[in-house]
Amino acid sequence: MKEQLNAIREKAMENIKNAEQIKDVDGLKVKFLGKKGELTAILKGMGKLSPEERPVIGELANKIRSEIEQKIDSAKKELEAKELEHRLEAEAIDVTMPGKKCECGHKHPMNIVIDEISDIFIGMGYEIVEGPEVELDYYNFKALNIPENHPAKDEQDTFYVNGDILLRTQTSPVQVRTMERGTLPIRAVCPGTVYRADEVDATHSPVFHQCEGLVVDKGITMGDLKGALEVFAKELFGKDIKVRFRPHHFPFTEPSAEMDVTCFACGGKGCRVCKGEGYIELLGCGMVHPKVLKMSGIDPEVYSGFAFGMGLERVAMQRYGITDMRLLFENDVKFLKQF
Amino acid sequence: MDLSMSWLKDYVDVDTDIKDFVEDITLSGSKVENWSEIGSEITNVVTGKVMEIIKHPNADRLVICKVDIGKDMPLTIVTHAPNVVEGAYVCVALDGATLPGGITIHDTDFRGVMSYGMMCSVEEMGFDRHDFPEAPEEGIYLFPEPVELGVDVVDAMDIRDKVVEFEITSNRPDCFSTVGLAREVAATYKKKFKYPEITVKEEADGDINDMIEVEIKNPELCPRYIARVVKNVKIEPSPRWMRKRLRSNGVRPINNIVDITNYVMLELGQPMHAFTIGNIDGKKIIVRNAEEGEKITTLDGNERQLDPSMLVISDVNKAVAVAGVMGGENSKVNGSSDTILFESANFNGPNIRITAKKLGLRTDASAKYEKGLDPNLALDAVNRAVQLVEMLGCGEVVKGMVDCYPNKREPWTLEYSPEKINKLLGTDVSEDEMIEIFKRIELVPDKATKTVVIPTFRPDLESMADLAEEVARFYGYSKIVPTLAAGTPTVGKRTYAQNITAMIKNSLISNGLCEAMTYSFESPKVFDKLRIPEGDKLRDTVTISNPLGEDYSIMRTTTLNSMLTSLSTNYNRRNETAGLFEIAKVYIPKAVPVTELPDEPVKITIGMYGNTDFYGIKGIVEHTLDTLGITTAEFEPLTTLPWMHPGRTAQIDVDGKAVGYVGELHPTVAKNYGIGARAYIAVLDEAELIHAAKLVSTYKALPKFPAMIRDISMLVKDHVYVRDIEKVIAANGGDILENIELFDVYKGGQIADGYKSVSFSITFRADDRTLVDDEVNAVMADILKALEEKLGAVLRDK
Repeated sequence: MKEQLNAIREKAMENIKNAEQIKDVDGLKVKFLGKKGELTAILKGMGKLSPEERPVIGELANKIRSEIEQKIDSAKKELEAKELEHRLEAEAIDVTMPGKKCECGHKHPMNIVIDEISDIFIGMGYEIVEGPEVELDYYNFKALNIPENHPAKDEQDTFYVNGDILLRTQTSPVQVRTMERGTLPIRAVCPGTVYRADEVDATHSPVFHQCEGLVVDKGITMGDLKGALEVFAKELFGKDIKVRFRPHHFPFTEPSAEMDVTCFACGGKGCRVCKGEGYIELLGCGMVHPKVLKMSGIDPEVYSGFAFGMGLERVAMQRYGITDMRLLFENDVKFLKQF
Repeated sequence: MDLSMSWLKDYVDVDTDIKDFVEDITLSGSKVENWSEIGSEITNVVTGKVMEIIKHPNADRLVICKVDIGKDMPLTIVTHAPNVVEGAYVCVALDGATLPGGITIHDTDFRGVMSYGMMCSVEEMGFDRHDFPEAPEEGIYLFPEPVELGVDVVDAMDIRDKVVEFEITSNRPDCFSTVGLAREVAATYKKKFKYPEITVKEEADGDINDMIEVEIKNPELCPRYIARVVKNVKIEPSPRWMRKRLRSNGVRPINNIVDITNYVMLELGQPMHAFTIGNIDGKKIIVRNAEEGEKITTLDGNERQLDPSMLVISDVNKAVAVAGVMGGENSKVNGSSDTILFESANFNGPNIRITAKKLGLRTDASAKYEKGLDPNLALDAVNRAVQLVEMLGCGEVVKGMVDCYPNKREPWTLEYSPEKINKLLGTDVSEDEMIEIFKRIELVPDKATKTVVIPTFRPDLESMADLAEEVARFYGYSKIVPTLAAGTPTVGKRTYAQNITAMIKNSLISNGLCEAMTYSFESPKVFDKLRIPEGDKLRDTVTISNPLGEDYSIMRTTTLNSMLTSLSTNYNRRNETAGLFEIAKVYIPKAVPVTELPDEPVKITIGMYGNTDFYGIKGIVEHTLDTLGITTAEFEPLTTLPWMHPGRTAQIDVDGKAVGYVGELHPTVAKNYGIGARAYIAVLDEAELIHAAKLVSTYKALPKFPAMIRDISMLVKDHVYVRDIEKVIAANGGDILENIELFDVYKGGQIADGYKSVSFSITFRADDRTLVDDEVNAVMADILKALEEKLGAVLRDK
């Protein structure tokens, strides 16, 4: 019986060693160790053995069983590992092929600039206000201290609907409408579309965009105006930019100023872009004219404020290196997808 | 406004380097646009004397000159100038010399004779005989007097000057003059300002009142008119110094009298005019409005049609000038003028501006008048003009003047408060410093009463804020310390509506669309292109009365044309696919013609072609609605929009209200726009979406019990809408129905003609228990029964 057991062992080891697939190994387990397996069959004959032989053979049989079991397990693991390896190898793909993506949409460059400017001012406590584009002459001119027949009305070449109604030439009327609401203090910016009778060319468009700003509160100073706009310019163009304020004239502010920023092209050294000045004009600003405050129902003895306004096309064109303004309104996807 | 730096020195002693000057004066409020140096293009051209002239051996028309330029050896120069003579003093361009127009002179071989330089004409040096009347019509320039040899001609001919170009703002008409700018320069550098000394000898005999009478018919448009008379006029070229100053300011010298009027205008800012007095009929100047149909031929030779809004200077018979714009041909000063009248008048600025615009004739004079001049300036100007006549010896000035000045402009007084000025500026400027600044710009402060007297040439100074600006300008804007406004804190944020707009935009961008931007005005022809019928409300527009052209003449009432034009651009540029959106206004008049401001609702417009279909664009719309928490949208077939495909368009309703539509563009409209592909359009109303948005939701517990899913396929007639099947399922699903999902629609194959197979996956679930088959089977039976009864649906066997 001992020989029989050893023979089974030999045979089992040999078979396991030759097994090539997991299912062969599983078959060997049944063949040798299963209920009807060879080892089991031998153990069934144990009853015929003498009481002295029984424990010896029993021990041997158990030893061989566990030996076969172990061998089968390790063989199976080995085959499984090999199989996984083959699978991974077979599954290799070309990872350099393009992915399946959802086409990316794009915001218009003008609106990227508008949103960025809005966000800077929101961070400084401003709200975003809006106003009509078809506007009353009163709000566009008179309430801004621009009287009938003032050269400014001529300079701006206004589109009129009739004598009283026009297409706003600036976002400034929103200032007046905001002040008329009567809620103080005011910290507001108003980006929007404005209109002037300019023929279309690379640097002119009868439809363009401005952003207006207005702060009205007790004790607002020209220092506050400079502070706010300096923060703004550095946020928009980077902290290395320098600003300068120089006196100017607007009917609706007094004192008035224009803010220049160091030339983007030469960084302030002076070049063709800035006509050698080192600076480029960015916006107009000033302390809200007392007459304007009064016309909007705010007491200039109690409140003061500052206002500013800037053209946005130039900011966008400068930022993205766009040299022809017409591109902004053509909506060619080859253009829009670049932003 | 141009400023000659050499002229400026007459009034203020300034010798700052030009680059610093430009910056300093800009920062004190007179913005420099540009500056240039006259004569800088002429280099290496020196004075010389022609010593000897011999014939050229090989050319009849050339001569060989020996020219002394102050060096050891005379130069050999070949020339064909007909006027060259021995002993003449000439301008010699040496080897390597530059002349205006980018010309460089080199030693050159002229038919076997080397020429070491070139003798120049005034034209070759960028001038003409207006600048140098002594120059010949043809030939080189010969100095009228001997000159030192070897000297730079830019100096020898007194050409050199620097000219600074200023942008003068409309509130400062006083700065449209050399004197006005000099006053600013002096204030900027704290230097003394020297106003010209004006004195007249008045040596001619006669009484001016016998010679001319002046009547102002419209004092509102002509607040002042002064006339002075000059006898025994000798018309000649003006002296070189005057010609140089005119040229530096871009004014062409003509003759002494015309040059004097221009000189005074440039110096003091007051336009002047000179008439030949013999041509003033009735010895009377009448300032009046033009008559209906009146015409005048102006100095430039053009006949001008006048209208009664325009002011003319006339005599008893005829207009002799368009007031403040241009004189008339009939009274101009010419060589035979013996006695002339100088006009120095003040006219209403806006009226001059409108007249100049109507006539299309904006002159130096009208440009000055339209800013609104100080009537007190007229007196100095007329006296300055006749002073110059005496100085140039070109006439004798008659004693006295006729001065019509009904309402004299007097200086006015403003209060100042150093505290308030500092409070507005955020500065700490002392009262004494403020007073010092006021004095610098010729205001007259009185510390005791805290007032300043404002001279009449500064009409822009009307309130304390204006004084604050003067203080700030000369204290220095750069010295105002930047601060961040204290005051009441405010919260910076976008409004609810602005946030919704941003969400919509993000949704559309995340669906691959590009944002477009278009003009808000368009042509009235677009309505035909869009198949919008006559009489349709959309054809009632806000119309621009002065458009750039018909194509830009109406404010859009629909965004379609803008979008389709953009799609068309893309299609024509062979972009295979395009997906655009625009969030923009339309302009809907409340009444036509427009009497009040129109409504300006915002429309969200999507336009696509290529690589999409109806369900593609509808999916984008649904995604956007989902983003806004709008779950109750319904899509109803819409057949009535003339520009849309009647079988492929849906109206979008939310809670019974139309919020927009989505569908395929009508093929005829696509053709009208040259779009050769199926195009898809969706238009949503922003206000309705903002109203319908539901951004706040409440947490619902996650399901604890398993769901049971049943798939069914049914046959229905073709025209049965999926939406209606879903409605029947929903109505009969009881409270355990969780979700209905369409997963297949199939036609053809074994499906009979006129039918389609529709398959849904229906999910059931209860909150409080695990569902059992029987319960779900019962509900499914109800659903199937209802589908059969209501829609004739037949269950397909599984």
